[in-house]
Parts: sequence; C-alpha cells; structure tokens
Amino acid sequence: MKERLRTLRIYPALLALGGVVVAFSSAWAGEDAGMSLLNNRCASCHNLRGPAPSSIHALWARKAPDLFYAGNKFRRKWLISWLQKPVRIRPAGEFYADHIKPGPKRDMVDESTLKPHLALSAADAKLAADALMKLRAHDDLIAKEQVPEGTISTSMGSLVFDKFLGCMACHRIRKDFGGLSGPELYTAGERLKPRFMASYIRSPQAWDPKIWMPNKHVSDTRIIQLVHYLQALSKGGSHE
Amino acid sequence: MNKKSFLFLGAITLWTLSPVLAGTSIAASAKDNYRTYCAQCHGIAGNGRGINIRDMSVQPRNHTDAEYMSQRSDDDLAKADREGGLAIDKSVLMPPWGDTLSPSEIQDMVQYLRTLCHCKYNSQ
Repeated sequence: MKERLRTLRIYPALLALGGVVVAFSSAWAGEDAGMSLLNNRCASCHNLRGPAPSSIHALWARKAPDLFYAGNKFRRKWLISWLQKPVRIRPAGEFYADHIKPGPKRDMVDESTLKPHLALSAADAKLAADALMKLRAHDDLIAKEQVPEGTISTSMGSLVFDKFLGCMACHRIRKDFGGLSGPELYTAGERLKPRFMASYIRSPQAWDPKIWMPNKHVSDTRIIQLVHYLQALSKGGSHE
Repeated sequence: MNKKSFLFLGAITLWTLSPVLAGTSIAASAKDNYRTYCAQCHGIAGNGRGINIRDMSVQPRNHTDAEYMSQRSDDDLAKADREGGLAIDKSVLMPPWGDTLSPSEIQDMVQYLRTLCHCKYNSQ
C-alpha cells in the first residue's frame, strides 16, 4: 500500500518534468529552426553577423541590406507580412550604381539587373521574423534615442523633409515622387521602429560607415518631426 | 653593374616615380568615391543627370561644364563637398559629405572634378 502511494506521488512529478522538457525542447527547436531558416535562405545575400562594410569595395560587394541589427530596425508585424509578399523597397537595388544606365534625359534604373526577393510561406515568415527580432546589434545607439508619441501635419512634415532638409533628393515619399538611390519612405512608418529611424537619421555612419546617405546634422527637434512625418505617411496611405 | 649600384639605381627610380604613383592611386579612390556618393545626383558621367534628378526643384551641377566649373575655386568646391550647398549659398539638395569623406579625400575629389571639367580655376 505504501509503495502504491509512493508511485502515485511520482507519476505527476514525472509528467510535470516531461512537460517542461517538451516545452523547453520545442522552444529550443523553434529558435534553431528560425536561425537555420535565416542561415539557409537569407545568409547568401544578407549579412546576419556584422560588421557593416568598412571600405567602398566591401560596400559595392554587398548584395542586400545588412540584417545583423534587424531586431532593432524592423517592426515584426511588417516583416511577417512583407516576407510573404515582398515588394521592392530600394528602387535602384542595394547598390544603385550597379543598376543604372545612361538615359536620354538622365540616368535610369536598369530593371533587367534587379532580382525579386524570395517569398516565404506564412509559417516560415513568422519563424524568420522571430529569429530576426533577436538580431540586435547597436542596442547602445537605440538606447540613446527617445521618440515621444506625436503627430505632424503632412504639409509641415513635407516642408521639413523636402525644403528644409532635402531628403526627397534620394527618397521617394510617394510611388511617383522623389529620388531613387535610397529606400522608399512611404512605408517606412510601418516598416521601421521609431527609435531606429531617429538614430539612423542622426548618424547613418554609426550604423553603416560607408553608406551613401550623408549625415546632415539634423537637430533633435527635426529628427522627431521627420519620424512623425514618416509615420503619418504610412498611415495616410499616400503610397497608394 | 654590381649589385649595390643596381639597388641604388632602383631606389632612385622609385623615389623619382613615387609622386606619379601616388597621384594615380589618389585619382582612383576619388573616382570610386564619386561613383558611390556623387553619381546618384550628378550622374555616372558627371553631367548632372543622375537617377535622382527628375523631381528636384534645383538641378545638380554639371561637373563637365568647363565654363561654370572654371569660375569656382578649389576652396569653394571643397567647401560645398564638405559642408553642403547651403554653405556656399546654393541648394539644400547638395548635402554635406564631411562626415563621410576625410579632408584628404575631399581634396582628391576636387582634383577629380577638375579632370571631369578638364579645367582649372580661372579667377578672371
């Protein structure tokens, strides 16, 4: 009888332990699966480990945006959605000079040299997004930024973006307006985390030392205005 | 010719050619910098017709325009490159590259611009 009682006490303990092991191993497998998905399907074009190119020729050799700080850069929800239906963000590719040709009025993007981004299944997109969220280089830069909630009228934002700072020279703020050598910004608000936007505007070189975006020494006030403007652009659906 | 004389002659030749060799490498890095940072607006041929220009309110300078470029001093060109268009009363669309290019790279860029316009500063 005594032995039977002891067995009855051991069974629940064993079951609980088994549960913990199963939960732990599936979490471990999930993490592993996410990272191996990144390694197998993304690492041939994207740098997952850093550092960013430190010379012009390394910059030219980069095939796709660095992802070793993806967790500080991207919004998870946007990643999950975009990875299933990728749409080009950089109109002239990763290094614009490799994808342009002389045109009658100006240099033109040579579409024939640009390749589409692969699409993932819903399950893989979630797995990849979760793994990317764990790549968090430059936490120190993010920690320096504070972006209070706020709004700005699109007319004031456009004045700051276009007339005061000249950002439209390289970036599109609508599908049919703006420059082509930088990433489009009409979806930036839904794509990027606010503190990343602030930090990158403050010093692109702190994230990517050789990048072709200049440091314009934008003031704190203007940085906040730009972030609010980019958020307003995404919400306004001006890219439609 | 004995071995010592041969080495001495070789050293003298290298010393004589060093400015030429150095000049070649400076021009190459300036050309690379131009392709990376300037061509997006000023064009791959330096003619002011880069991929970004369609919607600009002020068009980028044509660096092959000898008549205009010869009116700008090397110091002016370096200042515009380093501090941006506003620093020389020009457009905000020309950004400052002082945090991207070193002072010597900016001087090299000025010399590269002179090769694009085939011109020198003419104060007249």
